[in-house]
Amino acid sequence: MNWWNRLWRRKQMEEQLEKELRFHVDQHAGDLIANGLHPDEARRQARIALGGPEQVKEQCRDARGTRWLEDLWQDLRYALRTLRHQPAFATVALSTFALGIGVTTIMFTVVNGVLLKPLPYPNPSRLVAVHGKTATWNVALYGDQNLAYFDFLDCQRDSRSLALAGWIFDSGTMSEPGEAEHVDELGASFNLFSVLGEPLFLGRAFLPEEDRPGGTPVAILSYGLWQSRFGGSPAAIGASLVLDGRRFTVVGVTRPGLRLDDEEAVVYTPMGQNTAPYMQSRGPHPVTTIARLRPGVTLVQAQEELAMMGHHLAEQYPKTNADRGFAAKPLRPDVGDVGSTLWLLLGAVSIVLLIACANVASLLLARAISRERELAMRVALGAARSRLIRQCLTESAVLGLLGGALGVSLAAIGIRPFIVFWPGSLPRAEEVQIDWRVLLFALAASLASGLLFGLAPALRAPAQKLEQTLRAGARSVAGASRRLHSVFVMTEIALAVVLLVAAGTLGRALLRLSSLEPGLNIHNVLVTRMALSPATLANPGKIRAAWKDVLDRARSLRGVQSATMVDTVPMREGNNQLGYWTTADVPPENKQPITLATTVTPDYLKVMGIPLLKGRFLTDYDRAGDEPAVVIDDVLAQHAFGGQEAVGKRLWIPDMGPKPVRVVGVVGHVRHWGLAGDDQAQVRDQLYYPFAQVPDALLRRWSELMSIAVRTGIDPLSVVEPLRRSVRGATNDQVIYEVHTMEQLASASLARQRFLLMLFGIFAGLALLLACIGIYGVLAYVTSQRVPEIGLRMALGADPRDVLRLVLGQSLRLIFMGVGVGLAAAFAAARVLGKLVSGVRSTEPSTFALMVLILVAAALFASFLPARRASRIDPMSALRQE
Amino acid sequence: MTNKSDLPQGTLDLLILKVVGLGPVHGYAIAQRLQQVSRDVVQVPQGSLYPALHRLENRGLLAADWQETETGREAKFYKLTRKGRAQLETEAASWQRLTQAVGLILAMAEGGVE
Repeated sequence: MNWWNRLWRRKQMEEQLEKELRFHVDQHAGDLIANGLHPDEARRQARIALGGPEQVKEQCRDARGTRWLEDLWQDLRYALRTLRHQPAFATVALSTFALGIGVTTIMFTVVNGVLLKPLPYPNPSRLVAVHGKTATWNVALYGDQNLAYFDFLDCQRDSRSLALAGWIFDSGTMSEPGEAEHVDELGASFNLFSVLGEPLFLGRAFLPEEDRPGGTPVAILSYGLWQSRFGGSPAAIGASLVLDGRRFTVVGVTRPGLRLDDEEAVVYTPMGQNTAPYMQSRGPHPVTTIARLRPGVTLVQAQEELAMMGHHLAEQYPKTNADRGFAAKPLRPDVGDVGSTLWLLLGAVSIVLLIACANVASLLLARAISRERELAMRVALGAARSRLIRQCLTESAVLGLLGGALGVSLAAIGIRPFIVFWPGSLPRAEEVQIDWRVLLFALAASLASGLLFGLAPALRAPAQKLEQTLRAGARSVAGASRRLHSVFVMTEIALAVVLLVAAGTLGRALLRLSSLEPGLNIHNVLVTRMALSPATLANPGKIRAAWKDVLDRARSLRGVQSATMVDTVPMREGNNQLGYWTTADVPPENKQPITLATTVTPDYLKVMGIPLLKGRFLTDYDRAGDEPAVVIDDVLAQHAFGGQEAVGKRLWIPDMGPKPVRVVGVVGHVRHWGLAGDDQAQVRDQLYYPFAQVPDALLRRWSELMSIAVRTGIDPLSVVEPLRRSVRGATNDQVIYEVHTMEQLASASLARQRFLLMLFGIFAGLALLLACIGIYGVLAYVTSQRVPEIGLRMALGADPRDVLRLVLGQSLRLIFMGVGVGLAAAFAAARVLGKLVSGVRSTEPSTFALMVLILVAAALFASFLPARRASRIDPMSALRQE
Repeated sequence: MTNKSDLPQGTLDLLILKVVGLGPVHGYAIAQRLQQVSRDVVQVPQGSLYPALHRLENRGLLAADWQETETGREAKFYKLTRKGRAQLETEAASWQRLTQAVGLILAMAEGGVE
């Protein structure tokens, strides 16, 4: 018979035990009767010889060794029964706790999906990222260096330890099948899918002979594009599409949801067929490279081999590779800076959970005190103290698990809306699901919280002064519990202060940031990226003409006042950074100051409403072949020339050629990095140069990056469709995409702050509510315990106002102690916020004061109800209660 | 409760195993047998007999089933399992060694006095 059996067949076991003992007594008595004893006397002696039947049974049960399990079972049923019999208590405790676990689980689900889960490829721990290492490369600014295409090819061919694959992000206009549309394109090495371990959903991967210049033009579709443009039909394999004027044959379809670097490419083409200049030399390094460790190879071995290959290439090609090396590190999901936001939020919800725990704990404690006599009675009857503690803990664990289950259901419902609310797009959002890790977390959190809030009542299980407790009943022992209750109230208040101050700090920051001047006039401006007809891109003259035509058409639209070209738009993702120097004696790259550089046409200033401070802006007279003219902002002017006159000075910008450029004007600074981020940005210098002076060789690449911006006299969104139609061009394949108003961009630049404020506001509100409920509950309870005392006071002449003062004074003491502790913690929390959220100033005394005021007011309000009830006690009936 | 047993710790189990080893037997008979065989020298407290039986059953040294006695009543009969028999042998052997050793020491002590 196994233990499981024993547990389930408990009843039968008990009967058998009873029967066995009865048999013993009967036999013994029978023998004694046979010896001549009177039957009654015989039975008496037989029973005495066996000993107390209950004790023997108890020892037998112990001997079975499944005692703990039987006890647990008994305790569980007892706990459930008590909960059922106290529906009000159960409802309040469970819902409070479910709320706490619910929000915590939601946050953990997001943290788990975004930060903790491994990459969604098979065997991800064997995948590494390969990157270049150059002494002059600014990793902090640009991130890891990619590989030059030829370097990539050499490493891919020679490596024994790694299977290397690479890709370059690109984009293009897909003009067939269907309407012309701008699509994200990914140039992939032929083995990308096999290195990832991702078989294609349909068709085949690229062949090695397709991954080189002049190979057959073939393409692989994303699942989404296959669905939308090819109707999900298997006939798509072998069909064709036209991308940037080239016709490709579709050979495969990827699985749904396949992402690289968290980007979902739409069309994959063989990287080797890309003949752009940056693929033709070892200078530029466009190839993002990953690799899979070959079986049995360690990362260290791969590192050594990569270092060796770096040396070889440096010897072979000293001009480009002299100081260039290669390294590998484990491939991690790229989630940008959401990590800090997520941990912040997880911290905030943990505080809510703690408050919920404190609330439930004080409820349980109040209940434990009212059961004190029952427990004392059981101790008197022989129950061990450890047994009672175990029972109390079982009860709170049951409460914890039930609440946890409710909380997880809450989280399951709440998780999708939460992701939708996330500002911008949450990286790896598709990974955010409730999985076993989340369930494990919720289980652990529920159990831990259950034990946490069950501990205080459990440890009160009576031990000493039994007879006192039994004689006095519940009332007179309230003293010690009052201290514990006070601790709970203080804890709740302290925690609520932290959340309130955090929310207040964020709110203040958002208010201040929203009122900042962006440095340009964001109203009535529309910006959109634009792709010229692929046919024009071959010829620089055609390109310039096409852009001029686009601008002319845009300007002629009804409601449009001016139009300009621009490559990098303020507060939108994307920027171009150039090193500069004020003399011809230019230091190495990583020693140069860096400026943002923006390509514009002369109307840019008018469209954006940026003030001209000195000199002139770029004009149509700054043409190719003339001395290159640039306009700088006041930050760069100050940075480069101090107090001196900047106009007329020269700047040496290696990336723009060996000759210096001439500063012709100074304009106001624009908050390029967003309203919140610009003050702390690493690169704040700004420089504008004319599109007309971009060299012919670069014109094609520049054209791929261009946006157009228009200032309107009417609602800017109303010109989107006219604009789209008017710039389609003769071949009907010029498209605009990523359309925004400047107002939208400015607002989005504060989205993180707004989102954090919203959530912290919700959490702080919850915390405040829970804390007030807690204060109310505790005071109501403690006051009810003091009814006879208050009655006595009143009988002796205290008037209701004195009683009110007595109770409120008691609560105020608690509130202020809680606030004191809370403020210290809030100070630390605000500092963390100031570090992690741009634009937040950590210590603003007025915020602290305001939030504390709100809290004290709310807490006093919660105390007022029990206080008033106390003041209305009828002394006669109160005394009779004694 | 009576606790007059002079049984050294742990020997009750050994005695029970020995008695049960002679053939299937119920609890009362074990108590009787122990008392008879030891000629009333060893007083087994009946109250501790049953917890010991249940403990041995739980450890798999004894097996039990319900059978009719000669008087026609149902009683719980215990018998040794294979594991119980092995245990009985090792414990009996170690008991022998122990008593021999104790006897030797006692004999030596007397010799020393002479």
